[in-house]
Amino acid sequence: MKDSAGVGLGFLPLGLAFGALVTQSGLDWWWAGLSAVLVFGGSFEFLLIGMVTASAPLAAIAVSALLVNVRHVFYTLSFPLHRVKGRIGKAYSTYAMCDEAYALATGEQARTWSSRRILWLQFFLHLYWATSSTVGALLGSLIPDGVTGLDFALTALFTVLALDAVRDLRGDVPTPVVAVLSALAARLLFPGQMLLAAFTLFTAALLARHLTTSRKPRHA
Amino acid sequence: MPDTRYAIAAVLVAATVTWTLRALPFAVLTPLRESGTVQYLSTRMPAGVMVILVVYCLHGLPVTEARATAPLAALAVTIGLHLWRRNALLSILGGTATHVILASTVFAH
Repeated sequence: MKDSAGVGLGFLPLGLAFGALVTQSGLDWWWAGLSAVLVFGGSFEFLLIGMVTASAPLAAIAVSALLVNVRHVFYTLSFPLHRVKGRIGKAYSTYAMCDEAYALATGEQARTWSSRRILWLQFFLHLYWATSSTVGALLGSLIPDGVTGLDFALTALFTVLALDAVRDLRGDVPTPVVAVLSALAARLLFPGQMLLAAFTLFTAALLARHLTTSRKPRHA
Repeated sequence: MPDTRYAIAAVLVAATVTWTLRALPFAVLTPLRESGTVQYLSTRMPAGVMVILVVYCLHGLPVTEARATAPLAALAVTIGLHLWRRNALLSILGGTATHVILASTVFAH
């Protein structure tokens, strides 16, 4: 529980903002809780509000979920699932593998975490998100119309996670620089598919850097 | 207001796709964990992925307009607080509060 406190409490303003946005968009309050528990992917849930209120076709929702959340494929390369024990544990761990759980569980301090500790972390993050989303939806109608900008909580959350992850690199400056360049290039070249393009470019650049800096023969 | 069954179906579709993306690659990629290349990637990816997500969040920023000041000031507050105190909650609340205050008052449209 202590592990989840810092970032997890960052979920509270974010979840409140998400819930408030749900009711402001004209959806029922319980929909915020349902989405928070079942989808549990903050950034896509914000997009989902707009798609549902526009009655987008289910196929379009599936494709968007695929593109926005395809980054989780990259997470599986380094998430310590091998340390999570049991079938149910592994199933839940993949189910609740949000950006924040990934950031915490791959961090320096998590090297020695047990199966139980990783699962509790994920459970608490899930719980914070579901609770704050539902509360936000219930309170959403109380927020005056002139108050905007709660959505910045998502940016702030990623900023904090990025600063901590960059610090764990211990002076490896090229990696964040390559990431920024990948993101900007993706923004210019593929504005419609920025996330997917940025992750692909970044992975390709890291691979290229690894191949040119390591002199060992490569195993295909 | 959209039909309730449709709104629930939308959540189920999104949840299924998301879980598949989180779970399926483990079966395929786990054998690759021992490889040096995968280990190289896995130590560097967390930082890069988070940096990309920050840029993504800011990608709609109207850099040439005055109202871009609100998110940029909020970003500066978030980074400043985090480098100073290393307290995730404080940094997020400080940055978000800065943004809400600026966007709702000075830069309200």
